[in-house]
Amino acid sequence: MSALNERTERYYTLYKDNIKRISESSSPYINSFREAAIGRFNELGIPTKKNETYKYTSLDTFFNHDFKSCFIPVAQDFVKAEEFRCDVTDLDAHGIVLLNGFYPTIHDKLRELPGGIWIGSLNEAAKKFSKKIEMHYGKYAEDDKDGLVHLNTAMASDGVFIYVPEDVVLKKPIQIVNLVQSDEDIFNQHRNLIIVEKNADVTLIVCDHTLSPQKFLTNGVTEIYVGENSHFDIIRVQNEHNNAGKITHTFIHQERNSVASSNNITLHGGLVRNSTHHYLGGEGAESYSYGLYLADKFQHVDNYVNVNHAFPNCTSNQLFKGVLDDMATGAFNGRIFVRKDAQGTLAYQKNSSILLTDDAKMDTKPQLEIYADDVRCSHGATVGQLDENALFYLQSRGINKREARLMLMFGFAHDVIQNIKVEALRERMDNLVMQRLKGELSRCASCMVKCG
Amino acid sequence: MGKDKDKIISEVTSGEYKYGFYSDIEMEQIPKGLSEDVVRIISKKKNEPDWLLEFRLKAFRHWQTMKMPEWANLIIPKINYQDIIFYSAPKQKAKYESIDDIDPELKKTFDKLGIPLEEQKHLAGVAVDAVMDSVSVKTTFRETLAESGIIFCSFSDAVKEYPDLVKRYMGTVVPYTDNFFASLNSAVFSDGSFCYIPKGVRCPMELSTYFRINAASTGQFERTLLVADEESYVSYLEGCTAPMRDENQLHAAIVEIIAENNAEVKYSTVQNWYPGDKNGKGGIFNFVTKRGLCRGENSKISWTQIETGSAITWKYPSCILKGDNSTGEFYSVAVVNNHQQADTGTKMIHIGKNTKSTIVSKGISAGQGQNSYRGLVKVLKNAMGARNYSQCDSLLLGDKCGAHTFPYIEVDNQTAIVEHEATTSKIGEDQIFYCNQRGISTEGAIGLIVNGYAREVINKLPMEFAVEAQKLLQISLEGSVG
Repeated sequence: MSALNERTERYYTLYKDNIKRISESSSPYINSFREAAIGRFNELGIPTKKNETYKYTSLDTFFNHDFKSCFIPVAQDFVKAEEFRCDVTDLDAHGIVLLNGFYPTIHDKLRELPGGIWIGSLNEAAKKFSKKIEMHYGKYAEDDKDGLVHLNTAMASDGVFIYVPEDVVLKKPIQIVNLVQSDEDIFNQHRNLIIVEKNADVTLIVCDHTLSPQKFLTNGVTEIYVGENSHFDIIRVQNEHNNAGKITHTFIHQERNSVASSNNITLHGGLVRNSTHHYLGGEGAESYSYGLYLADKFQHVDNYVNVNHAFPNCTSNQLFKGVLDDMATGAFNGRIFVRKDAQGTLAYQKNSSILLTDDAKMDTKPQLEIYADDVRCSHGATVGQLDENALFYLQSRGINKREARLMLMFGFAHDVIQNIKVEALRERMDNLVMQRLKGELSRCASCMVKCG
Repeated sequence: MGKDKDKIISEVTSGEYKYGFYSDIEMEQIPKGLSEDVVRIISKKKNEPDWLLEFRLKAFRHWQTMKMPEWANLIIPKINYQDIIFYSAPKQKAKYESIDDIDPELKKTFDKLGIPLEEQKHLAGVAVDAVMDSVSVKTTFRETLAESGIIFCSFSDAVKEYPDLVKRYMGTVVPYTDNFFASLNSAVFSDGSFCYIPKGVRCPMELSTYFRINAASTGQFERTLLVADEESYVSYLEGCTAPMRDENQLHAAIVEIIAENNAEVKYSTVQNWYPGDKNGKGGIFNFVTKRGLCRGENSKISWTQIETGSAITWKYPSCILKGDNSTGEFYSVAVVNNHQQADTGTKMIHIGKNTKSTIVSKGISAGQGQNSYRGLVKVLKNAMGARNYSQCDSLLLGDKCGAHTFPYIEVDNQTAIVEHEATTSKIGEDQIFYCNQRGISTEGAIGLIVNGYAREVINKLPMEFAVEAQKLLQISLEGSVG
């Protein structure tokens, strides 16, 4: 390997200068991954458009930026974060609030919910659940081509830990609110680990918000283990300002007969890149991956989904839809990978986008890689406008054109939203999407930042 | 039942390659290796004008700066370019004036391949340009075509006789800097076909080029240039075969098509290079750059390909839809068996207004073959009203093969409608059962289903080729029903 390029070098220096500080609060087991990870990162660097999975997304404006702070926030910021209230009315959930990837409260860094479920800070949990963490941490976040996953492994110093023991069904969802707020530009990396043991059922809602107009960049990795016969849903609602960059990597490892779904709803964000990896690691597992993106102005939303069928008789489904307005750009890259012995696979993938202006742009790349023969796989992708016939149908029944367009677009987006099982959230999302489509939601609801 | 099926499949998939013979013809060859001198020698041998030598040298110098592309979903053994003979031709007496001047051995070869060199026998037939190794051997019906003003001849003749036309069009669709293999071809291409259809002429017969690799250790690098002037129409066929050998031979060709206002070009290929033996030894590396430019309004270019041969196929016939209301079509059936690999597809670049494109790709994988569809549909900002429909289906016969789909869709215009659909599946037990029940053997059922599956594409071929293609499909897949 020749000399590192300048950008990679900068992050390497950042690592070298701060590794002591980062390691201090983490457990030795988590620290043991860091050196190898930074080595891999040095080889791979920050992904560029030459990287096939980042072909349509340029991270330059964010990674070339000189962020002032990258680590543990100071205590003064905590107050505002504590005041934050979720605006989803009627949502009854067990909440956790994170500020810049860290727990704002000093107390209660790890707490117990009914049924013996534990939620809290990963660093705190490492003390109490060291065995569990050794069993699962770093096992699922495998991406040979993405330097950012390794950068996270090397430098992330905390994140959320959730442990759901066997046979526990949690009726109320768990809600994580990720806040980013600072007087300085921040680059933050957090690392989450979620362990769902056998026969359990749990729903997780993750909400991303920005509270101040500074330039932010988040690079988060979430590892999720879903045990045999378990049921796990993750719903991510992203609502950040135009100057924020959000990169998430979610790795879901599923055992036999488990059912897992992920739902990425992107309402707003400067640059959003979600990569979701489903590993179907046992017979009869089912995975569902949904996504909805509504972007305008200069926003860019990129969804990458990788479904790995490693065992026979698994089912997977992907549905991603989006509406792009103004100069917004969107990208979708879905991949279904069926291994040699994964006979009896059923896999489906669909991406549809609507472009509302001449300057909006959509790039889509649905892929199938199949090495088994007894499979039924299909995918479809469309980019276009609203169906003229449908518009005409509605108009001929006395609905004016504007209203008819709205109805059609709403129906288009609702396809994704209807998969949200938490009713309060589903209604709220429908509501937000409606407002958004009507143009009433010119900036994010509840956003304190007037980013315009 | 399962065993029977396996047996039938293995029988079907082990069909013999029947064009694997070798003709003993006196050849003129230059030594192995590639250098600037070799490029000069080739050019000199062909008595080429300076501008063409200059073009070759530029291409060669550019090629030296390039690296072999690695993005394809293929495992390509390292190619030693110094171990290839870049020029090999049947020894020419002078110039073939009539059919009798041709080496009888050579004639026999083409007869064996079923290529109508003897015009009299095929009065209503097809005009053929036969290319053996590197050199065009014989172009039939030249005079008849000339009557309607059509130029159809070997590329070298075109350079001599119509330098202005060649100069004007060569490299305008595939520049010498285009990609690794295009640059290589531009530097060392030896011959090929040239065709010009003048304004308002509807070509009265099918034009055809038949490519044959014969000599050992050679690479074949030919170039086809097809120009359809305003309001013209031409249907063009291309066929390829090669002897069975244990070594891999390289075939890197370029095809350029230009369609002016209201012109229509239909280009069909039945590619049946030697695919290698059952263990994947030998076979042709088929790395081809094919591209058509719909330059004029209402022009249309249609690609149809049946890909059954070659050890490795790397080929993306594309259309640049520049003229308003122009149309691009791509119909493909790609079959891989044994250890064959194919990474093929198309690119449709929508530039003009109201441009339309259709892509129908049918992949069939058997044995341990790996078949990939890779396609790009790109709608540029000013391509108002662009419309694309793509369909890529894959059929899997056997549990060791693979089928992959890599479509790229880039849309930069709100009025565009782009649709893509793909499915992958195997032949259903129920489908076979249905046929069995009606007294059709399992093998017959598989043949029936595969043929039905590929019909949409085969129907686009001219008659003679459609029959050949159907037979080929049967041979390539004999016994592969799962």
